[in-house]
Amino acid sequence: MRYLRGFFILTAIVVAMPFLFPDNYYVTVVAVAAGLNAILAVSLNLLMGYAGQISLGHAAFFGIGAYSSAILTTRFGWNPWLAIVAGMALTCSVAFLVARPILRLKGHYLAMATLGLGIIVNILLVQGERWTGGPDGLGDIPTLSIFGWIVDSDLRWYIVIGSVLLLVVVLAQNIINSRSGRALRALHGSEVAAEMMGINTTATKTAVFVLAALIASLAGSLFSHQQTFVSPESFSFFFSIELVTMVVLGGMASTYGAVLGAVILTFLPELLVVFEEFEVMIFGAILMLMMIFLPQGLLVGFNEQIRKWLLQRARASGGEQRRDIA
Amino acid sequence: MTLLEVEGLSKSFGGVTAIADLCFKVPEQQVYSVIGPNGAGKTTLFNMLSGIYTPNEGSIKFQNRELIGRLPHQVASLGVSRTFQNLQMFFNMSVLDNVKVGCHLRTRSRIWSAALRLPGIFREERQAEAWSREALEFCRLEEFIGQEASALPYGVLKRLEIARALAAKPSLLLMDEPAAGLNDTETVEMRQLIRRICASGVTVLLVEHNMGLVMDVSDRILVIDYGSRLAEGTPTEIQRNPKVIQAYLGGEVQYAV
Amino acid sequence: MFDQILQFLLTGVTVGATYALVALGFAIIYNASDVVNFAQGEFVMIGAMSAIALSASNGLPLWLAIIISILITVGVGMALQRFAIAPARGASVVTTIIITIGASIFLRGIALLLWGKDIFALPHFSGETPIHIGEATLLPQNIWVMGGGALMVIGVHYFFNHTTQGKAVLACSCNRTAAHLVGINVSRMMLIAYGLSAMLGASAGILVAPITFTSYETGVMLGLKGFSAAILGGMGNPMGAVAGGLLLGLIESLAAGLISSGYKDAIGFVILLLVLFFRPSGLFGKASADRV
Repeated sequence: MRYLRGFFILTAIVVAMPFLFPDNYYVTVVAVAAGLNAILAVSLNLLMGYAGQISLGHAAFFGIGAYSSAILTTRFGWNPWLAIVAGMALTCSVAFLVARPILRLKGHYLAMATLGLGIIVNILLVQGERWTGGPDGLGDIPTLSIFGWIVDSDLRWYIVIGSVLLLVVVLAQNIINSRSGRALRALHGSEVAAEMMGINTTATKTAVFVLAALIASLAGSLFSHQQTFVSPESFSFFFSIELVTMVVLGGMASTYGAVLGAVILTFLPELLVVFEEFEVMIFGAILMLMMIFLPQGLLVGFNEQIRKWLLQRARASGGEQRRDIA
Repeated sequence: MTLLEVEGLSKSFGGVTAIADLCFKVPEQQVYSVIGPNGAGKTTLFNMLSGIYTPNEGSIKFQNRELIGRLPHQVASLGVSRTFQNLQMFFNMSVLDNVKVGCHLRTRSRIWSAALRLPGIFREERQAEAWSREALEFCRLEEFIGQEASALPYGVLKRLEIARALAAKPSLLLMDEPAAGLNDTETVEMRQLIRRICASGVTVLLVEHNMGLVMDVSDRILVIDYGSRLAEGTPTEIQRNPKVIQAYLGGEVQYAV
Repeated sequence: MFDQILQFLLTGVTVGATYALVALGFAIIYNASDVVNFAQGEFVMIGAMSAIALSASNGLPLWLAIIISILITVGVGMALQRFAIAPARGASVVTTIIITIGASIFLRGIALLLWGKDIFALPHFSGETPIHIGEATLLPQNIWVMGGGALMVIGVHYFFNHTTQGKAVLACSCNRTAAHLVGINVSRMMLIAYGLSAMLGASAGILVAPITFTSYETGVMLGLKGFSAAILGGMGNPMGAVAGGLLLGLIESLAAGLISSGYKDAIGFVILLLVLFFRPSGLFGKASADRV
């Protein structure tokens, strides 16, 4: 169970927070947003960090999930759970349809195509006023209830989102450390060698694309019910970019890195509010500086720094013969 | 028994002929080498055999099944594996995981059952690890098992690529210049490794520029030049063949030994 | 009907000329340093905003304001290369993308500080009397945009094909190490590439500033359009990027006029996706194959 060590630490943190800081705005409100972002970042990381397929349009699937829930519950009176499933089914078919042609592309072309996809979905949300409410969005979305337990307080939402996040993290870790996960990482390393080892790279890419989209759709539905209001700007190109930033900031190809990146990027603007009009500028500067000085991401970067430091200490005390640990 | 039979194979790239009407047969459990000057079309040939390129004409029969029209992963699933001239390691993975990828075709679990860690997964993981250790030991790589692939020196990576290919339990192994860039000691080790692979029942199709190695390990040799067959035979026959001597030593053709 | 189409075409070429300049800047930076510069749109914004600020509040004559604002933008472009891109050499594609996104947010933040959220326009260069071509009308500024754009493109073409400096930049993009070995000052060529690209962006911004209004946010969408145009044309090919820009401008203008203005951006992107599905390396790009 070594690969789940981080999961247990994460669980402990998620459980401890409300006890350590009861009724704290940052824990009950901001942390819920951070949790949703973390779910999205973990799913995007499967696609981008592990399989090496960049996507600048992940917000599209988040949006499809959110709007499916919003429209089906408010306009057709569906049960929220049924709406969530329907949203995931719709996302699944959209993702499946676009996956093949899009994932044939590589590098900057793939980046452009996914970006285009995200923008197209966003424009449909803005323009499809009859269904989506246009730029003003849709309100009065009912909240969830789990066997009569109505999720109607910040703390309850914290519990729901926290549980889903932990579940998604376990799923992701399970996949990564399996045959399919190795296939993902292999096609990142060398597509032609992966094929030669018998991996159907097209099918593998499609599978991970659809999986990532499904998780994003679930997150979108939860977002809808939690906010009780959705508008297109939550699913814009900027949000896709923000998700990519979370993944890279924490450290690509690390599930916990993605979680860390999501947490940092959600809390940072909250903390920068004190700088008022300097907020945007400082945010951009921090982003640049972090990527310039820790290009492998915070988690990986810190680990490396710590390892280097330990190694230096070991060398200082243990002499030359321990050099080959590096 | 013939394992691989190539007939009338041709491939051109935008009017430039890379392989022209090539025929040869690879017998089972032998080391069969393809040699020829740089640019003779050896790697193109390998890419066609493994399904990366589609030939313009001809047929490639492996165990009496046509390979042309199959994608690389489908070719691999029939029992063909290969190594690459320019290393194609998974540098984002550990040594063990690299070789475990080689076991892909011998395991079955799907992404959904893996996500939920259904009971069969644990058994399969243990099995894949055992197979991988076996392949690593076969290639004398057990000491590197805990390391990251990106941390290994070139000579070790060359053998790691072979271990990964062997983990798939292929009946035919295509080796594209396994000794290129190796020093003398490593070349000797490579020679022994190729012999061991063949002795373990795997047929080896070898492309190599190191003539000493080729003459030493090969059962039969095919010489190609400008994409066509120049000669074929045992190492002794090839060394005496006037056309081969002409191509390699006479004329203006750049030879690489 | 014909006149209407002519009108759409004229608008399309004007918009397309702007896209073309931004796309050309994209392609130059991409070729020189393998970086997709998401801050490209901010060059457009900085050029236009500083020209407006200099000519309006500081009372400089328009031509002087334009020259100074182009110089400012070139400085910003070079600073971007020197302080953000160069220190991160060898970083992955995604990392450099995020650095440039960080840079674009940073620049937008500065613009927000300096000029607030208001929307501005530059005075027309030579009057606002419309020119009639049949039923279609054209502002003198449209001619400035098209003419200015064409001139810049020709200039860039000349620079890369007929000057030593230009060829040196090209050499760096083909093979950095080899360029260095034959004595080319690679880091200086990188500065030139970023400066040139910034100049193109700023010029595009200044040329259209009298027609389209400018605010601290305008760079975002223009940057995206420039990226789309460069991809449409095929990333490695500067003149392809120009063609891609014109094409995208025309598509959008026709889509807005004939179908729906709300969906014009969507239609542009749908066509872009279709092109990529059938030609994965753009209209004029060379297909690249992995060598194994």
